[in-house]
Amino acid sequence: MTSVRESAGSAPPSGAGEGPVIEAVGLGRDFVLSEGPFLRRRRRVVSAVSDVTLTVRPGEIVGYLGPNGAGKSSTMKMLTGILTPTRGHLRVAGLEPSRQRTRLAGRIGVVFGQRTTLWWDLPLRDSLALTRHLYRVPAADHARRLAELTELLELGPFLATPVRQLSLGQRMRGDLTAALLHGPRLLVLDEPTIGLDVVSKSTIREFLLRLNGEEGTTILLTTHDLGDVERLCERVVVIDRGRKAYDGGLDGLRASVPAPRVLVVDLASPVGPVRVEGARCVRVEGPRQWLELSDNPAAVIARVADRHEVADLTLREPDIEGVVAALYRGEAAGNRTP
Amino acid sequence: MRVHRAVYVRGLRRHTTYRAATLAGILTNCVFGAINATVMLALFAARPHINGYDAGDAVTQVFLGQALLAVVAVMGPPLELGERVRSGDVATDLLRPVSLLGWWLAEDLGRATFSLAFRAVPTFAVGLVLFDLVLPGDPLRWAATLVSTVLAVLVSFALRYLYELAGFWLLDSRGIWAVAGLLGPVAAGTLLPLPLFPPALAEVLRVLPWASIVQIPAEVFLGKDSLPGGTVLGGLALQACWAAALLSLGAWATGRATRRVVVQGG
Repeated sequence: MTSVRESAGSAPPSGAGEGPVIEAVGLGRDFVLSEGPFLRRRRRVVSAVSDVTLTVRPGEIVGYLGPNGAGKSSTMKMLTGILTPTRGHLRVAGLEPSRQRTRLAGRIGVVFGQRTTLWWDLPLRDSLALTRHLYRVPAADHARRLAELTELLELGPFLATPVRQLSLGQRMRGDLTAALLHGPRLLVLDEPTIGLDVVSKSTIREFLLRLNGEEGTTILLTTHDLGDVERLCERVVVIDRGRKAYDGGLDGLRASVPAPRVLVVDLASPVGPVRVEGARCVRVEGPRQWLELSDNPAAVIARVADRHEVADLTLREPDIEGVVAALYRGEAAGNRTP
Repeated sequence: MRVHRAVYVRGLRRHTTYRAATLAGILTNCVFGAINATVMLALFAARPHINGYDAGDAVTQVFLGQALLAVVAVMGPPLELGERVRSGDVATDLLRPVSLLGWWLAEDLGRATFSLAFRAVPTFAVGLVLFDLVLPGDPLRWAATLVSTVLAVLVSFALRYLYELAGFWLLDSRGIWAVAGLLGPVAAGTLLPLPLFPPALAEVLRVLPWASIVQIPAEVFLGKDSLPGGTVLGGLALQACWAAALLSLGAWATGRATRRVVVQGG
């Protein structure tokens, strides 16, 4: 893919030499809530985001995870300039979002999975044509980029269809295109795969990987879909109750919570629970047993094979879903930052 | 400006989608216009002259009011902005590199242009067939009426924009519409020409912005000397002042609203 930006076409994903795309220090946002019956309202201050420090470098794909109400969307709104932070320092693409919102809009692409920027009553093509004027993209660049995105996201069959008649997956692809036609350096996605079927999800994930790999577009996404995380994100930031609970690689996240690997052993014949050093039997179903490992798998396998006849075995990594759930419950071994 | 032109064209085009609604709207305007005009004829049969208006003036203003109803949207529909503030979709509007006011003004002018051609003209034409309407003989006065209509749309847009913007503070603009949607048309002279009100009240209503939406354009059309300064230009000047003042207020309030913005929904 070629880009509207001159520098991006050949820029390596690492974007060496550039400053951070997102720099947040001690970012926080409070809301004042009115509660109680009509005549006896009380005001209460709640902190949606209390203290988030985050640096995202060019070319990174960062997953921003957290349970509902953790402060994900509030952070996204502050990053894009539509919510003014109560405290902290924030620069995105070299600008201060809430003060320079309209300028920032030209440098970033934003997709909120549950909202659309497309014109409901008009063909998809019309909404996409409008972005050329919106971002002042030269006509030739716009046409070339639209052609590329049309091909990659397979928009051809429904470009002439009014947006209200598109399926959710089609609409999402249209929204992604609208957010990318001006060649933004940073793409912010709030739940981009919500409600999509497996095929649509996969199309969008592969597209995002390609965009990141070929253009070096930095991507920050929130999601509840841990498939997105495992497929896309080298780095994840977990936020819980307005604070950063984890920031680092996906592997590190697995290591940070006590979610051991499980060895599933099929023995030649049913026996009582296997007892070997470095493993604990957690479940027995006929000849099949589940062993939670606390030692090197190879050593445990050797010990089991010594004592029993093994027909088959598989090693299961803890899935990221379980890890994040454990992290939300506060079982983390300790907050880690790289 | 190019983007605003593009938004204007799209605002116009999206309304062409709803043909049945357009036809139904014309029918409603004509029926209400006919009922209202019949009442006026009965009233003026008893008293041929009321505060400078005669039967022809009143019936003409009734049909001008019905014709302009969709153009100036004084009884609604509200700008979609309000619904978008309520649902939080305004977030995507704020993510565009253009001002909120300019975007919605361009969209609303597109809507108004469509309504002028496909709601106002047919409605007024039906009025012409059914009743003896007073038409200006002077081509300049037709031109002045067109200018006055454009100014009326600007004033009406600015008012509706301010109603919706209040949603940023109130979280919901429906309460404002419940009041404004009722009192606005009365103050505008849509239900009853302002000269039929008690003179003291009429004088107050005449200088409020709502009068600039229907009453002033009607008086420009009828060439009344009750306009400010007694001339058509005076009427246009009053409208222009309101348009400028309210649009400035809208621009200022937009800055305030978006700085303390509460974009709702996750």
